[in-house]
Amino acid sequence: MLTYILRRVLLLIPVMLIVGVVVFMLVHLTPGDPAAVILGQNATGEQIQALRDRLGLNDPLLVQFWTWFSNALRGDFGDSIFLGMPVTEALQQRAPPTALLTTYALIISILIGVPAGVVAAVKRNSLVDRGLMLVSISGAAIPTFFLGILLILIFAVRLRWLPSGGYTPITEDPVKHFKGMILPSFTLGFASAGLLARLVRSSMLDVLREDYVRTAMAKGLVYRKVVTRHALRNALIPAITVIGYSLGALLGGAVVTETVFTIPGMGRLVVQSIARRDYPLIQGAIMIIAAIYVLVNLIVDILYVYVDPRIRYGGN
Amino acid sequence: MAATKTSAIEPGLPLAADAAENTRLRSSQRRWLVSLKSNRAALVSVVVLVLLVSMALFAPWIAPKDPAFIDPSIRLLGPSSEYRFGTDAFGRDVLSRVIYGARVSLMIGVSVTIVAAIIGSILGLVSGYYDRLDTPIMRIMDGLMAFPSILLAIAIMASLGPRTINVFIALTVVYVPIVARLVRGSTLVLKQQPHVESARSIGLRDHTILFRYIFANSLSPLIVQCTFVIALAIISESSLSFLGAGVPPETPSWGNMLRDGQQLIQRAWWMAIFPGIALVATVLTLNILGDGLRDAFDPRARER
Repeated sequence: MLTYILRRVLLLIPVMLIVGVVVFMLVHLTPGDPAAVILGQNATGEQIQALRDRLGLNDPLLVQFWTWFSNALRGDFGDSIFLGMPVTEALQQRAPPTALLTTYALIISILIGVPAGVVAAVKRNSLVDRGLMLVSISGAAIPTFFLGILLILIFAVRLRWLPSGGYTPITEDPVKHFKGMILPSFTLGFASAGLLARLVRSSMLDVLREDYVRTAMAKGLVYRKVVTRHALRNALIPAITVIGYSLGALLGGAVVTETVFTIPGMGRLVVQSIARRDYPLIQGAIMIIAAIYVLVNLIVDILYVYVDPRIRYGGN
Repeated sequence: MAATKTSAIEPGLPLAADAAENTRLRSSQRRWLVSLKSNRAALVSVVVLVLLVSMALFAPWIAPKDPAFIDPSIRLLGPSSEYRFGTDAFGRDVLSRVIYGARVSLMIGVSVTIVAAIIGSILGLVSGYYDRLDTPIMRIMDGLMAFPSILLAIAIMASLGPRTINVFIALTVVYVPIVARLVRGSTLVLKQQPHVESARSIGLRDHTILFRYIFANSLSPLIVQCTFVIALAIISESSLSFLGAGVPPETPSWGNMLRDGQQLIQRAWWMAIFPGIALVATVLTLNILGDGLRDAFDPRARER
């Protein structure tokens, strides 16, 4: 187990290095001089030169990369060009809405996905099953932003039950906070809920065929108990991987959801930074989100091995 | 044709075996076609897709109006018999723009998938077959997959600028690793198979083995995956456009229309709803087709 964890942690090094190279290259992919692009057409040669110095663009590429990457590892991504403050500080300010939104969405996707999958498996091929699976397949086909727009149209514009956007910090007014987060969280969590439902359904069907389920039934346990106590526990193991994968999709989806619902999170900041060509900020945000994603997947992989001893003693 | 080519390269290989293989291939092709035909949902999806593709191809003849024609006197009209899907903030016909939008979505979806499939297959074959190249290639793929896909696309678009060709480049980079991983997986399995071992032992060249015996046998999962990649690329393209980091804002694409539509959602619901429905219908169709193809290629999977 320990060797497995160690190996997985060591594997992080090349992955993060490549993530770093990709993020670093972003600035250098820009057609033309990044400094000139950032400053716009009215910049003087001196201004451009000054910014080139500030961004270290005059150094050899490898030196630039090393300076940037070693600073990034310490959490220093330089200063945001537009906001005029350290990138790390700007991201810290915008992190709570994104973290909360992603967490709520994950909770919603589990609360909807797992029961839906179980019910669909137990009532296999029934109308309920087909209905649930149809909804879950549509979940994968509706882009986050269109679902968000639809929900705004129904619940904010027509029914006027919920706000169409904006954000209230939880410390300021918890009721308003939750009210404002219902639509965004549901929007973001819906696709993952569908994915989870399909996975739980199929792994549940596998488990229900197992001998120990038949034994449990044979010794006269109530069906409901067999399903919840014996089958569900084992059926949920593969679901852990999907939850880890979902978090990546949720972090990406948060960018879109925050834009639809005008939530001042990290994702919206990234989108706003594109038009402002605020490269240090884009780099910092993307680097941090990728690092979180990689870490979550590491934790999920370790957890997976922990809950399913077969993997521990089998492969590896 | 394949038979003559083979015998020219390796005179020792009996033609009969080749012919037998061809028949086997043909009959297995027929089997999955039969299976696909018996799947009603997949059949419907094929019909819808044909309609969508013809809509995109023949947009100039189908669209009732010029999608770029601006007429402020008819701005924000609701759906009527003249403008079935209404008009937008510039008085442009929403129906015509939805029809033209199919061009952007399908063009990007299909071209991204084709190029990603080619590059990804080569990388996957090479890294699965040559142990020495496996680690470097797959680590790079892991690195690219460490980003949530839409974020990687946004990042690339941020540096390249909002142009259609850049959307294509960004999304190709995003989807190459998915194909590479899949093809590498089948290569690892197939290279242990007896038919590949015997091909190697009679001295066939590596590229012949890779393409004729390994790639050809990993085609069906690849085709299934490609169907899903088209759908994913279409969603990503529209998401990028919606965020203002995709195709240029004046281009009639579904993502751009949804972006305009959201800003006026209080006044003109039709501006967002119709392009949204077109988008969902396209993606749903591709997903159903992908599921159908998977079941057809691998009947065991259908039980689930």
